[in-house]
Amino acid sequence: MSGAEIKDVKEEQPMVRLTINNREITARPGQTIMQAAQASGIYIPHLCHEPRLKPAGACRMCQVHLGAIDRPPVLACATTVSEGLTVISESPELAGRRKLILELLLSEHRVACTTCDSDGECSLQDLAYRYAAREWAYGTFQHPAAVTLNYTSDNRGIEYDVEKCVRCSRCVRYCEEVQGACALTFDGRGISMKVNTAYGRPLHLSDCELCGGCIRVCPTGAMREKAARGLGRSKDLTKVQTTCTYCGVGCTFELNVNPDINRIVRVTTLPGMGTNDGNLCVKGHFAFDFVHSPERLTKPLIREHGAFREASWEEAIAKAARGLASARDQYGPEGLAFLSSARCTNEENYLVQKLARMAGKTNNVDQCATTCHAPTVAGLAMSLGSGAMTNAIGEIKDVQTLFVIGANPTEAHPIVGLEMKKAMRNGARLIVCDPRDTWVARHAQIHIKHRPGTDNMLVNAIMHHILALGLHDRAFVAERCENFDGFTGNLKEYTVERAADVCGVDADLIRRAAEWYATGTPSAIFYTLGITEHTCGTENVQNLANLAMLCGQIGKRSSGINPIRGQNNVQGACDMGAINTVLPGYQKVNDAAVRVKFAKAWGGEIPANTGGRVTDFIEKAGEGVLKAFYVMGEDPVLSEPNQAKVIESLKKLDFLVVQEIFMTETAKLADVILPATCFAEKDGTFSNTERRVQRVRKAVEPPGEARADWQILCDISTAMGYPMHYAGASEIFDEIAALTPSYGGMSYQRIDKAGLQWPCPTKEHPGTAFLHQGRFTRGKGLMHAIKFRPPAEQPDADYPFMLSTGRTLYHYNIGNMTRKTATISQKQDENFVELHSLDAARLGIIDGGAARVTTRRGSLAVRARVGEKVRPGGLWMPFHFVESVTNRLTNDAFDNITRTAEYKCCAAKIEPADAPGA
Amino acid sequence: MPGLTPEIQKLRDLRLAEQQQQPLRAVRICTTGCRALGALEVHAAFERELAAAGLTRKVALIKTGCQGICAGAPVISIDPDGILYLGAKPADVPEIVRTTLCGGGIVERLCFQGRQGPIPKRSEIPFFAVQKPIVLARCGRIDPTSIAAAMAAGSYEMLERVLTEMEPEAVIAEIATSGLRGRGGAGFPTGRKWSATRAAPGDLKYLVCNADEGDPGAFMDRAVVEGDPHAVLEGLLIAAYAIGARHGYVYVRAEYPIAIEHLKLAIAQAREHGLLGENILGTGMAFDVKIKAGAGAFVCGEETALLASIEGKRGMPRPRPPFPAQSGLWGKPTCINNVETLANIAEILRMGGAAYSGLGTPTSKGTKIFALAGKVKYTGLVEVPIGVTMNQLVNDIGGGVPAGSAFKAAQMGGPSGGCVPARYLDMPIDYETVKEVGAIMGSGGLIILDEETCMVDLARYFMEFCAKESCGKCPPCRIGTTRMLEILNRICAGQGVPEDIARLEELGSQVKKNALCGLGQTAPNPVLTTIRHFRSEYEAHVNQRRCPAVVCRNLISFTILPDKCICCGRCAKGCPAHCISGKAGKAPARATAPDREKGKVGEPFAIQPALCIKCGACFDVCPAKAVVKQ
Repeated sequence: MSGAEIKDVKEEQPMVRLTINNREITARPGQTIMQAAQASGIYIPHLCHEPRLKPAGACRMCQVHLGAIDRPPVLACATTVSEGLTVISESPELAGRRKLILELLLSEHRVACTTCDSDGECSLQDLAYRYAAREWAYGTFQHPAAVTLNYTSDNRGIEYDVEKCVRCSRCVRYCEEVQGACALTFDGRGISMKVNTAYGRPLHLSDCELCGGCIRVCPTGAMREKAARGLGRSKDLTKVQTTCTYCGVGCTFELNVNPDINRIVRVTTLPGMGTNDGNLCVKGHFAFDFVHSPERLTKPLIREHGAFREASWEEAIAKAARGLASARDQYGPEGLAFLSSARCTNEENYLVQKLARMAGKTNNVDQCATTCHAPTVAGLAMSLGSGAMTNAIGEIKDVQTLFVIGANPTEAHPIVGLEMKKAMRNGARLIVCDPRDTWVARHAQIHIKHRPGTDNMLVNAIMHHILALGLHDRAFVAERCENFDGFTGNLKEYTVERAADVCGVDADLIRRAAEWYATGTPSAIFYTLGITEHTCGTENVQNLANLAMLCGQIGKRSSGINPIRGQNNVQGACDMGAINTVLPGYQKVNDAAVRVKFAKAWGGEIPANTGGRVTDFIEKAGEGVLKAFYVMGEDPVLSEPNQAKVIESLKKLDFLVVQEIFMTETAKLADVILPATCFAEKDGTFSNTERRVQRVRKAVEPPGEARADWQILCDISTAMGYPMHYAGASEIFDEIAALTPSYGGMSYQRIDKAGLQWPCPTKEHPGTAFLHQGRFTRGKGLMHAIKFRPPAEQPDADYPFMLSTGRTLYHYNIGNMTRKTATISQKQDENFVELHSLDAARLGIIDGGAARVTTRRGSLAVRARVGEKVRPGGLWMPFHFVESVTNRLTNDAFDNITRTAEYKCCAAKIEPADAPGA
Repeated sequence: MPGLTPEIQKLRDLRLAEQQQQPLRAVRICTTGCRALGALEVHAAFERELAAAGLTRKVALIKTGCQGICAGAPVISIDPDGILYLGAKPADVPEIVRTTLCGGGIVERLCFQGRQGPIPKRSEIPFFAVQKPIVLARCGRIDPTSIAAAMAAGSYEMLERVLTEMEPEAVIAEIATSGLRGRGGAGFPTGRKWSATRAAPGDLKYLVCNADEGDPGAFMDRAVVEGDPHAVLEGLLIAAYAIGARHGYVYVRAEYPIAIEHLKLAIAQAREHGLLGENILGTGMAFDVKIKAGAGAFVCGEETALLASIEGKRGMPRPRPPFPAQSGLWGKPTCINNVETLANIAEILRMGGAAYSGLGTPTSKGTKIFALAGKVKYTGLVEVPIGVTMNQLVNDIGGGVPAGSAFKAAQMGGPSGGCVPARYLDMPIDYETVKEVGAIMGSGGLIILDEETCMVDLARYFMEFCAKESCGKCPPCRIGTTRMLEILNRICAGQGVPEDIARLEELGSQVKKNALCGLGQTAPNPVLTTIRHFRSEYEAHVNQRRCPAVVCRNLISFTILPDKCICCGRCAKGCPAHCISGKAGKAPARATAPDREKGKVGEPFAIQPALCIKCGACFDVCPAKAVVKQ
């Protein structure tokens, strides 16, 4: 576990020696007896203890003797270790006490192990057996509160059974202490006490965020996944450790599979598992219903006479390969393009770019990093030399000053959000720059609610103020950075007062934020698409790098610049060279020596054309230059801006191949559709946002004839005349490691349970938790002089509002995976627009009513959410709904360097509407 | 030491001025506890009558807190004569004014009725004779809503001395010397608690006054806060100075509206006089107090649950260690003292720690307030030196059990305590001795029980209380108390089995051993002590299906003795189950011949046992005592 490694480095206090049951162990000072015992593999009975929670001392099971067995026992969970302590955890006296407690618990427990899903995974069952507790010792009491209806009765995801509850309070404490949702509480006193929501509101109408943590920490079967009922008892299920397929945090969990029915029954975790420490969000916990969806593609499809027909794999592969090859042969490298996928594995991304370059003979290869974090990859590479999060997720909890700009971590990257909550509980100060009141903004000491698209004005003013007060790190800048003079010269005109005016915020907030960031060591910057999805996206990124370098807040533990990646493997897709300009490991295509290296490895010429980005592909298709397009696991019709234009352009293609798990909007335009597999059905690796390469493992068989993506790619390549054959994903990974220096020391064996963070150049290298220690990847950090440029489209008389788009907690991107889970639909199932109550009142739009949002590109009527979350004059919409495509509205204006679209700013108007609809 | 500051001098001048203003004569009426029995109306009557008699300027009419002898509510004292009138109605007031205030005579029927006749002088009433009021010295004497009155009676003198003459360590040393132990029940030495909090690392420390008095029948803390809130504030200020606390809370139950009102007023007045806030009395000390009204959970009297409640969380205890002195309110070192403990502080400093430790027994120093309730003649609030005997409390002060019954036991310390049977009447009451017989000193609830009390039923009552008040956090308390209650219910219902007694003992000892907090650790005490001292009553219930005290409904029967029945028919009229029949008329034994001729002779009434619900209505209404309960 990275968490444990990091902790050990930091805490070098002398260890404490103690004995537990005559075994001598060592413990860190401040640890409890329970923690020390668990760390040494010694079991002390408990029900209410959970490593992630503060000691409650509720269950009374962990009583142990100190010194002699005739002394009154103490609680192992609440007593800290001390030098020379003698702990005895089992004695006749303790056994008697535990048996009594268990018999009392059993006296109100509906002992229904025969029909309980938790059979085989229940602490009460285990302990009752261990201490031979009698179920009938104190009679079976009819619980006065045992009513059939409770706060979960109408909920589709979570079920609470009061008659199986031991009132250990783990769920209540998890909800408060870890998740911070505080949705659960105890209700009633004494024997009537039970878990409930405030005022007994149904769970999905409460503050519950459906993280499922309550289920994970429940020691019995009282909290369970409703959908899993009857699909297998815990002891019947096989657990397959794998990596989550949603955002870039890369949570580790176990898919619990019932092999008899080839079905994922539930997702489980353990404390300490993965960088997520066993915590999950709603998507990780619940959003796997799509795997077994009847809507999955199960057979290859070929378009014939305007309609799809089923085809054999041979026919489909042959047709796809023929179409691609003929475009290649007829139009050369500009005639065809490959869109790889940040949703797929490293191995598959590696194969797509190899396929494009060797079989397609073109550098026209990209993936959706262009849609989101391409400015990060480019900007940070230019400033620092490598385009990735500089710190590890496990370091966040020790950051002193969190500087969050253009990011909504508790919704878009919930586990990073949890780490930030930890930091805040540890006393960190939080600065949030966001035009919207996100959770972190609401909990920040400083919230700068600036106008969308004014980030560089703001950041320049912050740096102006830091320089004015002389708070910058002179030694760091002198030693490790270049172009300081050019950089400072540019800042002169960006005064705090001017920024306050342009950004529409209080000047004092800017000053205070600047001072806190500069002095609150360790400070760390966190950003996401609020920074990158602008026409000045790359400049935004470079300017944040400027800020970090100026204050020397980078290259240290818990201090740096941290883009949080949006997709499970967008980091890996970039690492694998599914980008027009680079080969695996960011080795530049335009470097002849690199081309020679790969030509030798791959046995053929590496194309030298410059290629383009996905936004270029669509533009070129529209212009008739691009003829054939291969799309794997992406849906540009929904994800790219200005949808009408995207469809029009794609329709002009001669040939479109889509490799997918669902019939997406893009697939509907395809000539050949190849049914692929999802993360649960194949082996491979994902690289998460902290550069950690982690295993993905096959848990269930794919539906119908669907095939693993890497196999399909090999078949296509072979049919196009460049034979590719691998025995399995592991073999592909070994080839990647051999050609990618930062992955050089990795193998499936080494990354087995906990993964490794690149750079990891050799077999002995332990991986790298944080980047740029002592030296930047590019040598000296380059400080850029960044001018403020407003967004491409500004509000005007016709379109007086500024519309931004983004992700919500409950859904993921185009929604075709998350929207197949009933639990989630119940919580959020339709598009909406947020607007300010002043605007709403002026325009006659009511909360919950319908409003029509129109831009120069399209129009949508959606549900209005009226409040103070956005600024007056601002609008905000999510983009998860196929029936209401927000990207009909967004602007296809692009970042000048990476061609990433300005999703965060476009001019719009809003008016009341009769009902939501197109 | 800042020495005498101008602010302190100003306060002293004020005190002096107030002392000189006091008129010679005063009528004091308890308007706190006695309010329920018409004290406000009596006060209004005095206002009218004094005005009518032209005495308004000559006689001070003072609304006070509790004067102690609650059995005689409303209680009125007339000073300097030292006369005490009990149970006066507004209609009695003209006579009091006429006879006593104008004429210097005594209204005998309103006096305390001693064995040898009325006793008008408070000092001669046995109820007060054994008492030694230290904490209650001002309570019942001063107007608790007036800071000037409190100061004239000595409030804040000790604060002034502490701030100008004593180092915090010296204050703690003095309290340690006094031997004062926490009056909330556990009896932890106050000096040690203070020095632990003072020694705890960190600048931010909290001081909390526990006024969450939850024991049934206990009202000591309420009386002190209602009657002398400045004593609590002065104690808080001195404690804050001693431990270095900047913020204080008084956690008081919302069921005590008068206490909250008087405390609010006192805090506002203290703030106005520079006794709270920044730079207290110009000495540089800073301290302020907030009131937190508790919502009436018994467990919130437990210190860690109380802290959780102040923090806005559900009132549930947490394990100790860490003790509040190390990590209390919001994780900061916190000292929690009970009302009575704090109200002792200034007086200890006034008399000196050594002198205070001269009161009481070798291990238990000072005085203790008891709320004397139950089956004694004179219930009320009493403050006695620790070490007085149960006999002194029950018989000398309380006037003994009402005629016709006998003292059986005393329930000490409420539901956390235990019962002390009659054979320990001569036992001195101090922390250690009480513990030896299985009870606890507790916060001072003292319920006297007579022969008509069923000890099983009593244990059942307290167990029901604890089971209901269990916060639910730990299984031994949450489930264990309920299971014990179920057994007790069964025994009282006549369905007990002989093994139940052993089962209660086993469960009780396990619940005590395993429960998380004081509530659960003491909840079995009433059951265990009643089994220990009154095992035969339990055995009668389970072996013979008999309730010796004739209380447990299912084990008793009502019959009407035909030769005693006077055929009045009141029993049948009042019977809700309509199971009594007979014929109203003259009792056959007393009927005359004409009665017989006219058919006026009744038939003795009889109860149909199968239909009787044992409500006892017939027993209560029968004028001839013909209904027998057995």
